[in-house]
Amino acid sequence: MLKRFIPLLIFIGLVAFLAIGLSLDPKKVPSPLINKPAPALNLPQLFNESELVTNSDMLGEVWLLNVWASWCAACRAEHQVLNAFSNNHHVPLIGLNYKDSRANAKQWLSDLGNPYQKIAFDMDGIAGINWGVYGVPETFVIDQQGVIRYKQIGPLNDEILEKTIIPLINKLQKAAS
Amino acid sequence: MKALFLLCFCLTLFAQAAFSSIESHSFDSAEKEKIYLELVDELRCLVCQNQNLAASNSGLAKDLRRQAFQMVSAGQTKEQITQYMTERYGDFVLYEPPFKKVTLVLWIGPFVIFIIAAWALFSSIKNSQKLLNSKKSTEEDT
Repeated sequence: MLKRFIPLLIFIGLVAFLAIGLSLDPKKVPSPLINKPAPALNLPQLFNESELVTNSDMLGEVWLLNVWASWCAACRAEHQVLNAFSNNHHVPLIGLNYKDSRANAKQWLSDLGNPYQKIAFDMDGIAGINWGVYGVPETFVIDQQGVIRYKQIGPLNDEILEKTIIPLINKLQKAAS
Repeated sequence: MKALFLLCFCLTLFAQAAFSSIESHSFDSAEKEKIYLELVDELRCLVCQNQNLAASNSGLAKDLRRQAFQMVSAGQTKEQITQYMTERYGDFVLYEPPFKKVTLVLWIGPFVIFIIAAWALFSSIKNSQKLLNSKKSTEEDT
């Protein structure tokens, strides 16, 4: 009697297996950098070319690093979300301008607004490699000790901010105080 | 006709060679060149996920090839460079995933499925033989 159900059970198992496998997004590669110290930035600023942006400036604060470029179409949609975020929250938002030209990046910011406190200028993508960047835009949450706690691959939206990133920032800020 | 085939065959050989060298790098030893070529063959491009670094034309693949070239030129070993890449991009960057807990199903799975299939095949053959034998014996009885 039980034997008759074996094919059905195998079929259900296969369906479950495929349902899980096919609903995963292969573009989202888990970053090995989560819960590891953030790699060094040490890049010149976009506006103040003689000044550097470094991670050690940010120690003691929870901050966000947003990787963007003027050639990135998805960044345009994300930019409004970032503008609203920086108006409503007092969390340092650092930009990493990835493989861009200074002129294009500045034009973009004067057109769309500048939500960033500082912007690091990574012309040849060296910092991008060190941070494991492969799909712009990406956003990292870094804690007070300079450890990466979260990485968002692809554009931020209000839902991700409200459900994931802002609760995480609150939790990290509370843990320290 | 034969000559035409030969020509076509030779042309495909050239296509292969052009395909695998996008930039031209010069190495100070053949050994370094070999390491570099192995690396760009075995490392995956994360933007176009079904291509290796050698085949991909994306910006990231170019950057990673440049990084691999610089590291090879500086005398780093293949293991060091592979580790450098996996520290930043994870095991996904490797075309051949390492054998560890999370990849256990990946490596063992096919063998387990093969054993189950072999067992199913043998038991079904056995059953049909039994059926055949019992049929025969009933036929002999009558």
